[in-house]
Amino acid sequence: MLFFYTFVVLKSAPESIQEFMEKYAVKHLRELEAESIFVIREVAAQFERPAMLFSGGKDSIVMFHLARKAFWPARVPFPLMHIDTGHNFEETIKFRDDLAEKTGTKMLVKYVQDTIDAGKVVEETGFDASRNVLQTVTLLDGIEEEKIDAAMGGGRRDEEKARAKERFFSHRDDFGQWDPKNQRPELWNLFNGRKNMGEHFRVFPISNWTEMDVWQYILLENIDIPSIYFTHKRRVFKRDGVWLAEAPFMKRRDSEVVVEKKVRCRTIGDITNTGLSESKATTLEEIVQEVAATRTTERGQRADDKRSEAAMEDRKKEGYF
Amino acid sequence: MRDENYQTQSQNTDGYLDMELLRFTTAGSVDDGKSTLIGRLLYDSKSIFEDQLDSITQASERMGNVETNLALLTDGLRAEREQGITIDVAYRYFATPKRKFIIADTPGHIQYTRNMVTGASTANAAIVLIDARNGVLEQTKRHAYIASLLQIPHVLLCVNKMDLVDHSQQRFEEIKADFEKVAEKLDISDIRFIPISAKDGDNVVEKSEKMTWYNGPTLLHLLETIEITSDKNYTDKRIPVQYVIRPLRDEYHDYRGYAGRVAGGVFKKGDEVAILPSGLTSKVKSITDFEGEYDEAYPPMSVAIELEDDIDISRGDMIADPKNMPNATQEMDIMLNWMSEKPMTPGAKYIVKHTSSEVKCKITNIKYRLDINKLEIKDEGVAFELNDIGRITIKTTKPLFWDSYKRNRITGSLILIEEGTNNTVGAGMLIDPNE
Repeated sequence: MLFFYTFVVLKSAPESIQEFMEKYAVKHLRELEAESIFVIREVAAQFERPAMLFSGGKDSIVMFHLARKAFWPARVPFPLMHIDTGHNFEETIKFRDDLAEKTGTKMLVKYVQDTIDAGKVVEETGFDASRNVLQTVTLLDGIEEEKIDAAMGGGRRDEEKARAKERFFSHRDDFGQWDPKNQRPELWNLFNGRKNMGEHFRVFPISNWTEMDVWQYILLENIDIPSIYFTHKRRVFKRDGVWLAEAPFMKRRDSEVVVEKKVRCRTIGDITNTGLSESKATTLEEIVQEVAATRTTERGQRADDKRSEAAMEDRKKEGYF
Repeated sequence: MRDENYQTQSQNTDGYLDMELLRFTTAGSVDDGKSTLIGRLLYDSKSIFEDQLDSITQASERMGNVETNLALLTDGLRAEREQGITIDVAYRYFATPKRKFIIADTPGHIQYTRNMVTGASTANAAIVLIDARNGVLEQTKRHAYIASLLQIPHVLLCVNKMDLVDHSQQRFEEIKADFEKVAEKLDISDIRFIPISAKDGDNVVEKSEKMTWYNGPTLLHLLETIEITSDKNYTDKRIPVQYVIRPLRDEYHDYRGYAGRVAGGVFKKGDEVAILPSGLTSKVKSITDFEGEYDEAYPPMSVAIELEDDIDISRGDMIADPKNMPNATQEMDIMLNWMSEKPMTPGAKYIVKHTSSEVKCKITNIKYRLDINKLEIKDEGVAFELNDIGRITIKTTKPLFWDSYKRNRITGSLILIEEGTNNTVGAGMLIDPNE
């Protein structure tokens, strides 16, 4: 093994420094891509039963696209899992099923309705009733049922201030809870996924992406997204200054009148709390321009985050994504 | 060939696809005006959205502040807002037409040394803040030392609160001279000095009209223009194998791709490579990803490499250059930062995570602990406690393939994990005895 000690310093080829730097300067989207692929491969290597959470939203679509890149030409070596609240946009569900079929990926679907029927949670009532909080229970049950030891999610640190302190590899105790004050330090690109029986990890491969990065990447890579991201005609009503979609399970106050508007989704969540924005954007390029000009964050339109200043932190501690 | 995607972009949306990524760290306490500085950078570069501003304006009013407290933008967790402190590393994002930035925002007090080390580990640049009234303090030395230890290539020394010393050039020069004396003991390749007032915005984004004696760039201009490409290692070819891709499909029956992120050097098709630990050699057959082949692979790309010969390779192996191999030893010296509340147990076994390999190790010799406020050796042979930094020797059950941290931050770094709890308890930087 002696020869391993030899240390030869090779000078790079004598090209000008300027040329050299231009040649090897990596653009930020490619650097983010390389980082995310690295993280996804670490998950596949370090865990026995990983899964990738898929909501049908743009972040999980980009994350899945990165997973396909990470293992090409092999298939993605883990299933996708969707927590289905039953309060979906139809287009999202069709998109989900088509994508799984097209890419030969296993799609696990867990229904919040089943959790309700089993009496594990009580459905919220009233006008602002949402299944957003309930889905945490379905998610934790799904993780346990499928014996998942690492669940990847499309959360980004720029979304919300509690997420800004989230790790790439986020350790959860056997109740699935997050302890923000007791997180493992995460240095360089060394991800510690070691755990004891019953514990699991949440992993966030696109932690460092911003909303703008996600849209630019979708444009750059020409990634398919559900049609409801583009402007379309829809029957909507206004609540607390936000347009919401009309749906059979949405209770409306008498004052909330349904009108037809040209709208699109900026994020996709439950129908009950996904605000729609009036827009003219019908192409990806137009969406990117709209995002660049927008002066509010995408979560500013989500009713679930408006509940209290620490709403996200509280939900995350319980096991929410 | 899709290599052009790594260089120039044809479908240019306001230059967005043509931007580089700069990661920088800020260490400082509330008193230094660190949160105000970050708030100022975000605010003046128009990276704060209306609803974010509304929410912190409301929060400021509730807390009885007269002006909107920009510091609230960065203090995310409930405990931090209640106690008015930053207890962890928070990551912030903003972009200008020239670059995208990731800020690792860390607390500055000595009890948060481990958080500063964490934030510094991935940074290309560090902002060190000095209060112009106080000058170079122990904590300035500490922050500069951490930047030096973690080999952050660029240190931007901001002398803040210049408004409170009458924007005095003489005061700025004094502080600069004091800091240069400290820096002599350190290993920082590029130091810049900027007189600023974060509260008023002087020399942060806009040039100050009150300090016309300062001809240098503003802080944001520096962040946008300091050269970072050449900070990476393009000399020593290293790919730690992360995962082996076997499609098990008819059309790719014989494909076997070694997946990993290039840690150093430039790999080209046809290059001769050696695999560690076997020492066997082969040639690069292809460098691929999703839809195509690349001519070259270089840091920080994540790629899959096929080799000409069928060699048994698995996770933890290293692909390198037969003429320029990493060290392969079972005993090595590291500079260590202890990160656990529980003190180190000399002689106990820990797990080492280094590139894609995991082995057990024993701490065989504790050389010294540093006093990082005074930048001198504190004691020898004493077990490390939380936040301690110093030099130790470890012995591993299998050889690691490593370079000195000075030479390569990826193949030169490791973490120590405690068995049982599985907590990350130490961060180590490898030292080459011949350097």
